[in-house]
Amino acid sequence: MASVNRKVLPGFSLTLGYTIFYLSVLVLIPITACFFKAGSLSFDEFWRAVWTERARSAYLLTFGASFAAALVNLILGLLLAWVLVRYTFPGRRLVDSLVDLPLALPTAVGGLVYSSLYVDKGWLGHYLVPLGIHAAYTRFAIVLVLVFVGLPFVVRTVQPILEDLDPESEEASASLGATRWETFRHVILPTLYPALVTGFALAFARGVGEYGSVVFVSGNMPYKTEIAPILIVARLEEFAYGEATAIAVVLLVISFVMLVLINLLERWSVRHAH
Amino acid sequence: MVQTRFMKALFTLVLILTLAVTTVANGGGVIELLNVSYDPTRELWREINSNFIARYEKEKGVKVSIKQSHGGSSTQARAVIDGLQADVVTLASYLDTDAIFKRGLIKEGWIDKLPNRSLPYTSTIIFVVRKGNPKKIKDWPDLVKPGVAIITPNPKTSGNGYLSFFSAWGSVTVRGGSRQDAVDYVTKLYKQVPVLDSGARGATTTFVQRGIGDVHLAWENEAHLEVREAKGDLDLIYPPISIRAEPHVAVVDKNVDRHKTREVAEAYLKYTYTDEAQEIAAKHFYRPSNANILKKHADTFPDIKLFPITAIAKDFPDAHKQFIGDGGVFDTIYKPR
Repeated sequence: MASVNRKVLPGFSLTLGYTIFYLSVLVLIPITACFFKAGSLSFDEFWRAVWTERARSAYLLTFGASFAAALVNLILGLLLAWVLVRYTFPGRRLVDSLVDLPLALPTAVGGLVYSSLYVDKGWLGHYLVPLGIHAAYTRFAIVLVLVFVGLPFVVRTVQPILEDLDPESEEASASLGATRWETFRHVILPTLYPALVTGFALAFARGVGEYGSVVFVSGNMPYKTEIAPILIVARLEEFAYGEATAIAVVLLVISFVMLVLINLLERWSVRHAH
Repeated sequence: MVQTRFMKALFTLVLILTLAVTTVANGGGVIELLNVSYDPTRELWREINSNFIARYEKEKGVKVSIKQSHGGSSTQARAVIDGLQADVVTLASYLDTDAIFKRGLIKEGWIDKLPNRSLPYTSTIIFVVRKGNPKKIKDWPDLVKPGVAIITPNPKTSGNGYLSFFSAWGSVTVRGGSRQDAVDYVTKLYKQVPVLDSGARGATTTFVQRGIGDVHLAWENEAHLEVREAKGDLDLIYPPISIRAEPHVAVVDKNVDRHKTREVAEAYLKYTYTDEAQEIAAKHFYRPSNANILKKHADTFPDIKLFPITAIAKDFPDAHKQFIGDGGVFDTIYKPR
């Protein structure tokens, strides 16, 4: 038959089949189940569950704090990756492995430690609170702990690109009379855009899904420091499975739309880098 | 329906796996029981279990092994509803046992199958304050004095949380206050709660480790442990009135019939009413249902007025719906800013 697979790489259907199976079991089926469960509500019930004033302020906080934390990570992560790749200094390997620690540590531990450091009587809070910096049980606390959990993503996406960067283009730029800042701004940074966007997206998504650490630092006050996942837990306590999944579905849809947008931005930046 | 067929297939798969595991585990001729309970009862049940196992083997010549599962009470209830193979449930509140009953896993009339409405022990909500009680907190109205910070978990996500709310509410209405008085009181009270932790243990950490707040509204048994561990830095305060918390116990009928463990499971729960087990409960600061044993421990359990849930609502589900549930009184306390 003419349609026999004649591609150079063998095993296409096998690997694709495996990929789809794997994705289905791990991602698609649970998400579909989520939608089915939320579908057991009538439109009115769904709307009443997901669009209260309290829920809206929780969504805003969840996405706003995640966005702010991802922005901070974008800048700090680039800086960290730069330092780790471009300079050699004693203890570099140690710093390098410290970056991954937030991934390994149960985030609840992170949250507990942060709140105990920054409360009025904590080691740091002791000095910060008199200065008016309240980094426990406030929105600022949420951003802070999300910066912590999202730290590795930008560093780890930017680092390999920075390592592989061809020194010749920098030399060429310098020999053509560009200042060091211009070289960074016009030669190095554009090649990093895609990696930066990916890192940002990962850190952002991680922040939206984060629960364990936030419940310990936020204080969970309605309208002020209550994140959306707390609402889901609250509805589950009432055995209101449908309403709980409805909120989850809203989070999923908003996250999905934002990730698609970020993906488009990434493609655009790839095209622009060349 | 595609959904139900799919769910059935998934369920069968899980069932086969569970059966495979249980057959392997049951190889030794030991009867295994799973007791699904809530967080603070770990030590209590460990002691009851080892005593029951010894006694049952002596009396019936049957070896029993009892596994424990602990967690937030309603999380545990959901796990049982979703298929956790509990033989008995010993959860924090009627609300949770009732949810399992409503899903058909427990038979009608469960509450009257064991003595004292299936309550081997009860508990309540009391106050823990800083050493010497500097804010002079003695009773519920003292909580809303200016400058008093109160630590209690979120009523929406914690059993300790909603029981504190019910207690506060009842402290007004049971003493003759109107509904409006009670609304005003709890509104004031929750305005003075600086942190709403998601669970009882989180609130304890906030109060003890972080040093936040002047008074902690805690489970009676947890309060005793907290004060004992603080070695003089904290004091117990018994308000003159509080709620009677009812952690019911029940056999999960569907599961014991499937596991053929009904006889042991029933004997196990009956054992909790013996003098021996009642003494263990008292030792762990749960109020024994046996009046004589309770009286014997009168120094541990001061005789304060404990009002039942029926004093403020029809029953626990009704109270939860009115006060805590979506659009309930608790929701009206917080206004958007």
